[in-house]
Amino acid sequence: MSTSDRITVLNPMGFAPKVLEKPLAPRLSTLDGKTVYLVDCRFDDSDVFLKQMQAWFAEHLPGVRTVFKPISSVYLLDDPTTWEEIKAKGHAAIVGVGH
Amino acid sequence: MTIEAQYGVPTVAMHTDKFDRVVRSVAAVNGMAELRQVFVPQPVMGKSARELRAYVDGKDPLTGRPVMQEVIEGLTTPLDGQGVGTIEYDRSTPRLVEADTEENLHRLFMENRWTDYLPIVLPTEERVAAMLAATRRKPDEVVGRMRPTHFREAWEYTVEKVAVNAVMAGARPEYFPVVLALAATGVSARGSTTSSMAAMAVVNGPIRNEIKMNAGTGALAPYNHANATIGRAYGLLSQNLQGGSVPGLTYMGSQGNNYAYNSITFPENEERSPWEPFHVQHGFRPTDSTVSVFGGCRATAYTLGLREKHWREHVRNMLRGMDPHIPPVFVLDPITARQFIDRGGFTKKDALIDWIYENARMPASEFWDYQLVQNYLYPRATFGEEPWASKLKAAPDEMIQMYRREDIHVVVVGGETNGYWRIMGASYAKTVSVDDWR
Repeated sequence: MSTSDRITVLNPMGFAPKVLEKPLAPRLSTLDGKTVYLVDCRFDDSDVFLKQMQAWFAEHLPGVRTVFKPISSVYLLDDPTTWEEIKAKGHAAIVGVGH
Repeated sequence: MTIEAQYGVPTVAMHTDKFDRVVRSVAAVNGMAELRQVFVPQPVMGKSARELRAYVDGKDPLTGRPVMQEVIEGLTTPLDGQGVGTIEYDRSTPRLVEADTEENLHRLFMENRWTDYLPIVLPTEERVAAMLAATRRKPDEVVGRMRPTHFREAWEYTVEKVAVNAVMAGARPEYFPVVLALAATGVSARGSTTSSMAAMAVVNGPIRNEIKMNAGTGALAPYNHANATIGRAYGLLSQNLQGGSVPGLTYMGSQGNNYAYNSITFPENEERSPWEPFHVQHGFRPTDSTVSVFGGCRATAYTLGLREKHWREHVRNMLRGMDPHIPPVFVLDPITARQFIDRGGFTKKDALIDWIYENARMPASEFWDYQLVQNYLYPRATFGEEPWASKLKAAPDEMIQMYRREDIHVVVVGGETNGYWRIMGASYAKTVSVDDWR
């Protein structure tokens, strides 16, 4: 290939923001005696699924207290009220069912 | 991610397996690549409690490990050093692509998914410079930010980046202010939603005739250079400037949407419309040039004209055929626009919108049972948001209004070869000045 055959063109992609890695929360040593929030994102029958998961906990890990908690509104909106409640009253969260 | 990162609560996120790549990618670009995620089969929607219990008792289809074992481990297994530090990633985008032959560059653009798989015009420096000459704006000026979905990070873009995509689409420099205005909306024509959205762009004002757009016969079809390439540019700039539109990663439309090829881009036929132009309804002067963008464009109903005896019933039937989650945009040929005046006395667009608002109704129990209403409107109703909160109090058989009045719109386009017209299910996003980008 000769240099004269080569052309220069511009890159069509936009500019990505920088990503700062965020630390995860420390994990629990055990779930026994702890409160786990089952957070329903209210999308595509996720409530039905999480209630089945709640039943599983009752049967298999009765020492775990579960709280079924639908988010306040639609999943597109932040829900600080619910997050504050989970932080104050819970030890862990399972969020579902998302895409 | 919010509960984990901002509130310090150990969390496991549950997803369906079809979203494996996309949710891992979203977590990574939000700085949480190590977020604990567990997968169950798709779909959850419509499955019985018994079937979903089988999901809980079953295995993660991606790992083959028991779902609940992964959930418990995700909450209790100590972090191994990953996901505990602060790292900044370099994600800069080079200005130029490495020089190569035209054939190889066309292949590269396609392999990188920078095209819509139709032939493109390679964005050489000369072509991009010619495009940039059509605006007073500086090449490095930031135009806006865009993203394919609510959860992804927004990417930023400059005038030059928009010009690159306009060249690729085959747009002429005189169209560039319209393309820039579309980019300035920040509204993506390549939304990632599983519902397979497309955009619709309606141009108003003098720019329509200056660049010879077609508002007449075949306006929504491939018969005009400006209509075709401006719409195509909107799609290409969306997918490239937002950081991609790749199936399974940044695009999840289950069926896809053929409207996405040129984003239903047309000018309103102001000259033949009996009503004030769309942009004037939204606070602009008739002499202003604008572009208005809508999202959705999945559901369409159509018919011919308005019959004297049963036109009301026919229009109501069309409205009942739309999904009530997305409002209607009446796209009327001028013949039909005048028929709406003759039949219903709607001498102003607002009067027609009032009528649509009053007549688009269905029983409350049917309305609330729509899956998309359950997903997007029911949660807002229970949160107390009006008008849905009040509608939630309706008796099951009460005929409730399907839409908010402010979400219903009317535009006029067509060549009057006949009185065909359609209802497009689409949400109005915004109207942006084109003159600001000249």
